[in-house]
Amino acid sequence: MSNLLIYPIIIPLLMAMVLVFFRDRIKLQQWLTVLSLLATIGVSLFTVYYVSTEQILVLELGGWSAPFGIVLVGDMLAVVLVAVASFVTLMCLLYGFQSIDTGHKKHFVYPMILVLLTGVNGSFLTGDIFNLFVFFEVMLISSYVLIALGGRKIQLRESMKYVIINIIASTLFVIATAYLYAATGTLNLAHLSERIALAGQDGLLTAISFLYLTVFGLKSGLLLFFWLPGSYSAPPPPIAALFAALLTKVGVYTIIRTFTLLFYHKPEITHTVMLWMAALTMILGALGAVSHWEIKKILSYNVIISVGFILFGVAVGTEQSLSGSFYYLIHDMLSKALIFITGGAIINIFGTDKLKEFSGLILFRPLLGWLFFIGMLALAGVPPLSGFIGKVMILQGAIAAGELAVSIIGLITSLMVLYSILKIFIHSFWGETLMSEGQEYSTGKHALLPGTILVVCIVAMGLGAEWVNTYVTQATEVMVNPNLYIEAVLKQ
Amino acid sequence: MKFTDVYLQTATKILVFIIMTFSIYVLFAGHNNPGGGFIGGLITASALVLLYIAFDLQTVQEVFPVDYKKLAATGVLVSVLTGVGSLVLGVPFLSQTFKYVELPFLGNTELTTAMIFDLGVYMCVVGTTMTIITSISEDDI
Repeated sequence: MSNLLIYPIIIPLLMAMVLVFFRDRIKLQQWLTVLSLLATIGVSLFTVYYVSTEQILVLELGGWSAPFGIVLVGDMLAVVLVAVASFVTLMCLLYGFQSIDTGHKKHFVYPMILVLLTGVNGSFLTGDIFNLFVFFEVMLISSYVLIALGGRKIQLRESMKYVIINIIASTLFVIATAYLYAATGTLNLAHLSERIALAGQDGLLTAISFLYLTVFGLKSGLLLFFWLPGSYSAPPPPIAALFAALLTKVGVYTIIRTFTLLFYHKPEITHTVMLWMAALTMILGALGAVSHWEIKKILSYNVIISVGFILFGVAVGTEQSLSGSFYYLIHDMLSKALIFITGGAIINIFGTDKLKEFSGLILFRPLLGWLFFIGMLALAGVPPLSGFIGKVMILQGAIAAGELAVSIIGLITSLMVLYSILKIFIHSFWGETLMSEGQEYSTGKHALLPGTILVVCIVAMGLGAEWVNTYVTQATEVMVNPNLYIEAVLKQ
Repeated sequence: MKFTDVYLQTATKILVFIIMTFSIYVLFAGHNNPGGGFIGGLITASALVLLYIAFDLQTVQEVFPVDYKKLAATGVLVSVLTGVGSLVLGVPFLSQTFKYVELPFLGNTELTTAMIFDLGVYMCVVGTTMTIITSISEDDI
């Protein structure tokens, strides 16, 4: 039964390798990609069901028992994120099938996206911190390719920055892991958690935890986000949507994992720093989002704001705010995909992303307009959409814990999110229609199907909050009580 | 300009066989001794690079018509599929097993599934390394 956990990792990987053999048969590649993603989603949904009714799944790879071998651990947090990540990938691809150009398709864009998903799913599932590094690299290497593929001037410039910043982050990651291994003598997350709890989190371990915070902050865009807006606006829209929905979220997940499982003993130091990093991230991200006039830049800054908001909940660290963070994380993956897909369609239609150069789209793309509008409301946190519940839970937890100042920052930045995306909406959909049917660069119709499906999910997540909450609660239990995780892995 | 260096070409013809043999020895020494698919693959790749330096791209492509990208993909497939074998048998992913068998010429030989995994790694390393090297050299005109 525990072998269930390996499927979300190997199905995309195997299919990616098969696709290499069908380089010129693009239609076949697309069908195979969709099939493999459907299979991945199916398996991961079954895993969610299994974990919710039975127990935390642990797979000891090669039969080597923990803490000596490498384990995959499927607790609720991990398996739900795997399911959502696979689903979001499928949505981005449904959009991408039409809007990615043939040059990309012939240069292995689909295998690369599948390998990216392999890395993302692996990072969520692994129970070993060095293995986490490996899966991070799998994910990053395919994202390097996806950013650089196409070779336009802006892509080369941004991929250079992206590669350098990530190599630095990865080096720090290895250094931090080496220190951690030297200090504790193990790399298994559960075993680490147990040993850190036994030895007490002294100055050395706290310093290591800050090293990890820097690494994961670089990857997720927590305060150290200077590379993000440029890199995310370089690749074509479907790939940007995939990045926005998945990559930073893996960084966020690792922060949640390490700071609830390993370094939770000195919250007055680590979590306070994280709290103010999150607050600064929200403020700076919001300023960026408000000040720019290009769709891609505005949306990229919105990615940063939501990272700040999720980690604000993590930094507060009470049960309520953690479950809010998890809820908001799922919501954010779905709604970032939605807003990037519909925003990408606007760029496709006008052939530019400068807000001041277009208007009046509502007349001949009404559905697209409404999808974008709902995505905007969801991001801003308007009830009954999914963003609202996540925000309420985080803010309730924060106010109960007495973090009033940062809560106010969170609320103000929510308004700024609304303003920044409203700006896109007004400029692109309202006003005089400048072009007539047939003049557009692309129909933009391929965004409608994935857009509609995502909107349905977002509305369902908002209306069915009670149902989603059963899973969220189960995930939060493990975050609040690391012993559940340790017992599952080490079988004490 | 046709590149001809008689010394290099003559030496290469002999050296390539020695290097290849050694790489296969290292590959098989793998899982119990120092060595394995990764190092074996790198050594093979170095033999191929030597061929490319001594002769030229077209000649080697004719003698050794392999699409390195597909070779790399086959390697990954082989490696992962050995893991999938353990899924079919209902044991944890990547479990391995071995057996001693009497083979003609080789005598009592250890056959392991880890060997097949290593073979996949070997193909993947050769494929990847050669893809990188040939695509860099193709650009350089």
